[in-house]
Amino acid sequence: MKYIALIYGAEVQQTPEEQQAEMAAYYAFGNALLERNIVHEGEALHPVSTATTVRVVDGKIVTTDGPFAETKEVLGGYYVMDCKDLDEAIELAAMIPGALNGSIEVRPLVVFG
Amino acid sequence: MGVDAIQDIFQAESVRVLAALMGHLRDLELAEDCLQDALVAALTRWPFEGVPRSPAAWLITVARNRALDRLRRERRFDRSEAGVWALENAHTPEDSAMTTPDDIPDERLKLMFTCCHPALAKDVQVALTLHTLGGLSAAEIAAAFLIPVATMQQRLVRAKRKIRDAGIPYQVPSAHAISERLDAVLSVIYLIFNAGYLAASGDGLMRHDLCGEAIRLAAVLCGLLSREPALGDDSEALGLWALMLLHDSRRDARTSQDGDIILLEDQDRLRWNRAQIDEGVRGLDRALALRKPGVYQIQAAIAALHAQALTAEDTDWRQITLLYDSLYRSQPSPVVALNRAVAVSMVDGAERGLLMLDALVGLDDYYLYHAARAELLRRLGILDSAREAYHTAYGLCPNRAGRAYLARRMAECA
Repeated sequence: MKYIALIYGAEVQQTPEEQQAEMAAYYAFGNALLERNIVHEGEALHPVSTATTVRVVDGKIVTTDGPFAETKEVLGGYYVMDCKDLDEAIELAAMIPGALNGSIEVRPLVVFG
Repeated sequence: MGVDAIQDIFQAESVRVLAALMGHLRDLELAEDCLQDALVAALTRWPFEGVPRSPAAWLITVARNRALDRLRRERRFDRSEAGVWALENAHTPEDSAMTTPDDIPDERLKLMFTCCHPALAKDVQVALTLHTLGGLSAAEIAAAFLIPVATMQQRLVRAKRKIRDAGIPYQVPSAHAISERLDAVLSVIYLIFNAGYLAASGDGLMRHDLCGEAIRLAAVLCGLLSREPALGDDSEALGLWALMLLHDSRRDARTSQDGDIILLEDQDRLRWNRAQIDEGVRGLDRALALRKPGVYQIQAAIAALHAQALTAEDTDWRQITLLYDSLYRSQPSPVVALNRAVAVSMVDGAERGLLMLDALVGLDDYYLYHAARAELLRRLGILDSAREAYHTAYGLCPNRAGRAYLARRMAECA
């Protein structure tokens, strides 16, 4: 079986030390997965303030600043897309069938050095 | 070279320099910080060394070197390695003795489109445009929109980080997207103007600097568009510019010395700014000649008819009614319908106007709807109902000048 583990948490301002400790903990978790031969992929998202919600209403792309899923909308799937810029990401998000009757939250992934 | 003269140069060049830096750095926060550093460096060096041949090129070079230092120091090579490389290898305008300010590409149009990107909320677009293109501080914008300075600062920082982190592009949109994106820019400029013109809350009826800023931004936008080979003159951008010039031409006549509102029909038309009206009418003519009609041009045409009437009685209400018909076809909103009904009442009488007003829905909370109804009821001599409508309008009116006017009218209906 394959599972997706979605990480929820309050976005709090961290000190550099806290940030480093958290990074180390995630690094350790990655190692634990490797040791157990678990095939996996994972990404960190930029803060929710970088989110753009995309919907298609009457054939038109409607964008909203922020994460604005309606309460009855629940997470149903995801795509990771490598795009030129946010315009391309929005254009592609609007082509996802779910954009017609739900919403697509577009969030940039953190690129680690 | 005095500090004042240097400040004038900053005033003239800062936005262009910021736009150029944004092109290199793709990070508004960093670009602004480094521009500040460059301005400080200029203030200490120019009085002794003289102003460089191209102040903009000088500022860009200094700011860019500062950015390079910062990126290296902060080891932000992860995200910006390509940026650092580009910075190190960029052609330095200062190197060339032949550099003139015109050699620096004017990227302000890109900056406008980025600040008015649909992935940013409208109020954020407005604030960011005033900040980056208008050069207003967070405190000035906060004061204009009556929100706490800290909130405005936060809003601006968040917007700049979203542009950077979410990859909001820094470019003039492609042909298929340009008209929608240009609409967004125009609506932001008009929101800025209206914030100044209507001063929805607070004491003054008008916040002049916002009106002036919006007119200036529209003029800059028209100029930039006309120089953009793929775009050229834009009828609606010109229309908006003309519309704002025409509205603003009545600035001095709109309020009495005591700050009371004077209605259009009662204004001293000698106090209208004729030069500005002429400029607005010329702008409208240029727009109409492009034969691409739109809502700003229609509204400018209505404003021009008012501006060109020597007395209130000379107003060509029939023509204005026709223009409102056409505006309503493109923009069927209750507020447009309200204005159309008022225009009709001037042609076909108050009774007909009142019938149209009473048929409107969705304006119950809009004070101008009740004020317009009150006015027509008063003209018809139905004073009890007029007084009641003025009272409702009074309760809904968000500004003091408006309430004072409505109170006076209410008293006249006693």
